[in-house]
Amino acid sequence: MKPAPFTYEAPTTLGEAVDVLGRYGDEAKVLAGGQSLVPVLALRLARFEALVDLNRVDELAYVREDDGAVVVGAMTRQATVEADPLVRRAVPVLAEATRLIGHFQIRNRGTLGGSIAHGDPAAEYPAVVTALDATVTVAGPSGTRQLAAADLYDGPMTTTLADDEILAAVSFPVWGPRSGFAVREMARREGDFATAGTVVGVTVADGRITRAAISLFGMGPVPLRARDAESHLVGAATAGLDLTAVGAAAVAGVDPPSDVHASGRYRTRVASRLVARALESALQEATA
Amino acid sequence: MSDPHPITITVNGQARSAIVEPRKTLADVLREDLRLTGTHLACEHGVCGACTVLLDGSAVRSCLVFGVQADGAEVTTVEGLAPAPGELSDVQAAFRDCHGLQCGFCTPGFVVSIHAFLDANPAPTDEEIRSGLSGNLCRCTGYAGIVNAVRQVVRERAGGPPTEGVPTVAGHAVTTLPSAP
Repeated sequence: MKPAPFTYEAPTTLGEAVDVLGRYGDEAKVLAGGQSLVPVLALRLARFEALVDLNRVDELAYVREDDGAVVVGAMTRQATVEADPLVRRAVPVLAEATRLIGHFQIRNRGTLGGSIAHGDPAAEYPAVVTALDATVTVAGPSGTRQLAAADLYDGPMTTTLADDEILAAVSFPVWGPRSGFAVREMARREGDFATAGTVVGVTVADGRITRAAISLFGMGPVPLRARDAESHLVGAATAGLDLTAVGAAAVAGVDPPSDVHASGRYRTRVASRLVARALESALQEATA
Repeated sequence: MSDPHPITITVNGQARSAIVEPRKTLADVLREDLRLTGTHLACEHGVCGACTVLLDGSAVRSCLVFGVQADGAEVTTVEGLAPAPGELSDVQAAFRDCHGLQCGFCTPGFVVSIHAFLDANPAPTDEEIRSGLSGNLCRCTGYAGIVNAVRQVVRERAGGPPTEGVPTVAGHAVTTLPSAP
């Protein structure tokens, strides 16, 4: 099908974009890479009076280092993130997760900020943001504000951003030496949204885990953190660690959705194994 | 401003102008306004890959880009891949040699995607080929012929045995099978 008619706005600066968006209120939608929004429009699942296209806002496309973090502009294409040397060196799990998004044709157009603002609970980027405690910069009529990843998602495909705010950048903290990361997901076909998935990060010192982060995706209305499993990991010796038990702990108390692709119980079993495998891989990377 | 916008796109090396409604996708503009119907539209929501074109050199789904967004950009469609009118690109020739198409509806998207894929990865493994093709759907072939076509292009570009000669009549490739004797 074809999208319903809309007014097309193509600002060239972030300030102009915020102004234009403010004029329409909740009647406008921000258009980033369009790889999720355009299907929604084409299927007439939603319609808007106006689209505010950020593709000509060049100041939103960058990757740079800033005070112990890697900051990625919202309009940076996923293909750029995937190949960026700074991302690969300092936040390698972000590059690894990018390769799992859709297909290369999607990643050529799709953006980092678009995926994070869209907030599909089965998507990779929201789970990376959640695992790494990234900080989101949001631009609105009264200036910019910082938002912690834990405060970003409110429900499936729903963020806490106001209608007149634009996600401008995401800051990913760089973990110290002897850290390892992994992302694992199970999808029915390559490029599909994951049935279940996980992002894991660990830091190891003197044979013990000093820092751990586990997020789950496709397992609830928003990306989840497995806080109990993380706190059991911190202080644990890496030698003889019961990976299966950590996997089980990570999904304890999680009540994932059932749909035509998988029952909730099946998702739980899959996620439990994925956590164990991701943790094994992350530990290997941290101790290599 | 839902009124039509004037746009100019460089399509297959030629500047083309049109006045288009914002809701028209790049695929719609190519097909309806610029009369380039080689780009096919099937699912119209980014799943099948039939509409794949090169936008500023990168393979994208033209059903997920609005025509107004391509104003000022360079687009290459399946019509722009062959070296000259009446000739085939090596990917197109390999599709014919390997029976990489049956009904042909998905073929333009595959051909464009494969050109982009092999530019980025000239020596893919079989696993990488299948991964590279995963963004395009074909309902006829079972993919084996398409994978073989990619393998053939990889071999040829590496200096391997050339494709068997494509018969031509008056400079145009003959695309129908000769009748049985």
